[in-house]
Amino acid sequence: MAVSIAQALNQALLDVMEDDPRVLVFGEDVGRLGGVFRITDGLQQKFGTDRCFDTPLAESGIVGTAIGLAMAGWRPVPEIQFDGFAFPAFEQIVSHLAKFTNRSRGTVRVPVTLRIPYGGGIGAIEHHSESPEAYWVHTPGLRVMTPSTPADAYGMLREAIVSDDPVIFLEPKRRYWSKSDVVLPASTPPASRALVRREGRTATVIAYGPTVRIALDAADAAAARGWSLEVIDLRSLAPLDLDTVAASVERTGRAIVVHEAPRTLGIGAEVAARLQEATFYSLEAPVQRVTGFDTPYPPARLEGFWLPDAERVLDAVAHTFTY
Amino acid sequence: MSVDHQQLLPPEDPVQLLREDGTPVDDPAWPIDLTDDELQQLHRWMVITRAVDREAINLQRQGQLAVYASCLGQEAAQVGSAAAMAATDWVFPSYRELGAATVRGIDPISLMHMYRGTWLADHDPLATRFGMLTIPIATQTLHATGFAMGTKLDGESTVTIVYLGDGATSEGDTHEALTFAGVFGAPIVFFVQNNQYAISVPVSRQTAAPTIAHKGIGYGIPGRRCDGNDVLASFAVTLDAVERARRGDGPTLIEAVTYRREAHTTSDDAGRYRSDDELADAERRDPIERFSRYLRDRGLLDDARDAAVATEAADAAAEVRSAIYDAPHGDPEELFAHVYAQEVHALDEDRARLRQRIAATQERS
Repeated sequence: MAVSIAQALNQALLDVMEDDPRVLVFGEDVGRLGGVFRITDGLQQKFGTDRCFDTPLAESGIVGTAIGLAMAGWRPVPEIQFDGFAFPAFEQIVSHLAKFTNRSRGTVRVPVTLRIPYGGGIGAIEHHSESPEAYWVHTPGLRVMTPSTPADAYGMLREAIVSDDPVIFLEPKRRYWSKSDVVLPASTPPASRALVRREGRTATVIAYGPTVRIALDAADAAAARGWSLEVIDLRSLAPLDLDTVAASVERTGRAIVVHEAPRTLGIGAEVAARLQEATFYSLEAPVQRVTGFDTPYPPARLEGFWLPDAERVLDAVAHTFTY
Repeated sequence: MSVDHQQLLPPEDPVQLLREDGTPVDDPAWPIDLTDDELQQLHRWMVITRAVDREAINLQRQGQLAVYASCLGQEAAQVGSAAAMAATDWVFPSYRELGAATVRGIDPISLMHMYRGTWLADHDPLATRFGMLTIPIATQTLHATGFAMGTKLDGESTVTIVYLGDGATSEGDTHEALTFAGVFGAPIVFFVQNNQYAISVPVSRQTAAPTIAHKGIGYGIPGRRCDGNDVLASFAVTLDAVERARRGDGPTLIEAVTYRREAHTTSDDAGRYRSDDELADAERRDPIERFSRYLRDRGLLDDARDAAVATEAADAAAEVRSAIYDAPHGDPEELFAHVYAQEVHALDEDRARLRQRIAATQERS
């Protein structure tokens, strides 16, 4: 059956709330409205206003109270409505959510799954298209996951909620309505493992969340040039499964990392650094990065120039042959 | 404005049950309903707090603590309020709450290990129902509010108290916490110790509101004020708020008016922003002296008891000194142990590097 990422996320929340009466869903507009993207649709009707509730419009409050609720034995799954609105909660996420377990020498667990729709490509106005993943990945104590398929959306969200660690769950909002045939409940490999989405020999394209589709499109187009691209979906950004990536690059000798977030100190920088440590003698060319530019996210009508696309991925593959 | 709304505003003067000379104010609205033992216990807690607090400053001066934030002068506010909480209730402190910790039976040695830098926190918050000391200002107000929302969802009768200072009332997190607490009717008491200064900045620079307690009405939360140097007033006003929360009537904002007699921390020089006269005036309103006079007048404190409590306090301070002085640092392996609740192999490489470095250092020596 064709299921969208949005439907899979909604089903995951329904199923996990059914299984675990301690799971709470809350945030701005998640209750009566069912969320601006309808990811929480039907939860309040089914589980009542105690377990799925609207909060005041206050992101630091959403995350800060989630920490307290977790201390009281609940398993909170708060939503931040858009990536750019996670920043008022930055201190609560970085200074507290990420650190409580460590500070308390393991006695306090904060099993909070913070859902954040992220990324661009939806023609939105400012602050609705950010890719803030590097901030969370740079913060020890947080797990950061991002699915790219409906099956992963379902499986990884359930895995995140069951985890006793805080998880930043980044949902690629421009892929919410991408569908694939999947039967739910789907069982997926652990998020800690990167997956090869397409096998190839010429070069390895490393992507996650919204750019996995772009990498696959590039792989399709590459066939015409006689290139066979291997596409890896990282799935978990923290921790990072470098072994799967390195094993691929050992074979192909070329690596291209693709993400929407700006280039400098993005995930691509970390992957490139790790690959040169792990696969130095296999590399035929420097690791390439195809990313958003080091500029603020552009106005909607210019985002097509800013966002990575298949053509830019192919340019980067071509560039690896100049060495 | 309706009568109900008026009740959210604090009365003109802070509640005071003991005058500065220790004589009781006979206020029918606030009867003093404590046994002799309980009254003596309040005194004992305040004296122990002061002795351990003094010892902590000494330890910092000797390089044994990285820093220390003294609660000198705020013992009545802290001890009175914490004593109003049931053992099953929860306390979320800021970083200056030695008095509240003393009431809750938290081992002061574990708190001093935080200030020493042995561990980031060293007591078990869940077992003691006393949160970790919180350094960023006001962030704990949200943890406390969420916790109180959680106990309410569970149908428990637990009440949560959160400590914050006058400076913290300017932070956005306090605004959000009061907003959430009001909207969700959380069983929580916001206990603001207005000690007049946020480091060097006086409370007049924190708000143009008539008082901090007046802010409560903006959240639909009753604002209360008490003389924070009066342990009985601090106790009575807090107990009233706790009972209100336990009845299901929601949060209360309390402003305890007190004075921070030490510098902000041992790293601060208060001489740069306040006068000796001002300090002398604060010393004249000492909370322990005031309560001691009251107890003596009631025949609950004599020289023998005073000396016995002083000895006990000195012993407690000496215990802290002997445990903290030259205490070994923690096991570096633990740097990796609790970053995640579930094992993460991504840290293996860092751990191996550290082990190798330690082994190499040990070989050399």
